[in-house]
Amino acid sequence: MSRPGRDDAPDRLYTITRGRIGAGAGSPLDLVTLIVAESAAATGMQSEHVAILRLAEFPTSVVEIAAELRLPVSITKVLLSDLLATGHVSARHPRRPAITDPDILEQVLVGLRNL
Amino acid sequence: MDSAISDARTPLGASADNGLKIVVVGGFGVGKTTLVRSVSEIRPLNTEETMTQAGESVDDIAHVGTKTATTVAFDFGRITLDAHNVLYLFGAPGQERFWFLWDRLFSGTLGAVVLVDTRRIDDSWYAIDRLEHHGTPFIVACNDFGGPVRAGADVREALDLDPDVPLVDCDARSRESAKEVLITLVRHVQARYATAAGVRGELV
Repeated sequence: MSRPGRDDAPDRLYTITRGRIGAGAGSPLDLVTLIVAESAAATGMQSEHVAILRLAEFPTSVVEIAAELRLPVSITKVLLSDLLATGHVSARHPRRPAITDPDILEQVLVGLRNL
Repeated sequence: MDSAISDARTPLGASADNGLKIVVVGGFGVGKTTLVRSVSEIRPLNTEETMTQAGESVDDIAHVGTKTATTVAFDFGRITLDAHNVLYLFGAPGQERFWFLWDRLFSGTLGAVVLVDTRRIDDSWYAIDRLEHHGTPFIVACNDFGGPVRAGADVREALDLDPDVPLVDCDARSRESAKEVLITLVRHVQARYATAAGVRGELV
């Protein structure tokens, strides 16, 4: 299995996002933001958008979507921004900052111990 | 497109709403992916991030005009902790170019595990230096490669570790051992938080 994007010509990635180079540091999407599809795919949708809607039938992280689509994370974020803007998906952002939230830390510890 | 999506996906529960991150950093071949695989509920996946920078000089990457693209590939696994919390475990190389992307990829991370091969301890210095620089809580785990075991004090000294940074031995192939490493990290983060909260309390 090839790595995402690695063997792709840059112009393929350029085409997928119609020239947008990627959600930069300003993107609200984190690697672990969970994406949930809010509607079924519509006819005429870009194939990558259709694939995302299928993947996100259950909550699915941005990084998993990138890996499954074999696209770089930044390109995936552009595609997700499109779907967020049209209301086809919703985003569940990580609670911040987890590091200073003792309740979350305790939940993580309990979860790990139960593995 | 369909064939690109793996058939054996294990979906998260519908109530999952809080993604958390732990990063495993270490040199090539130190067992990062092995550790992630040991505790992950999914087969580790691989993806990459690319960052375009103008005028930076970075090694072995594509040059387009005066712009430089830094590409970092990383593995990850997933652990469902409860109905809401999902922990993602990232295995990432500690080499220099990786740190350009740290803030973009791993800001908000719970903490990091520096996985060390005690036969190649020098590989870990840079990662430890960077984690300290970013203020990320971390622990050091020495992966057991069956070689002569170096005493903890030796390793601590060789890495110039602060006394409060936990140092543990592990077997990255073992689920129990990998789990203990993660628990040690979370307890360390808790202790750090408790100390910080205590200091704040005194100031009030």
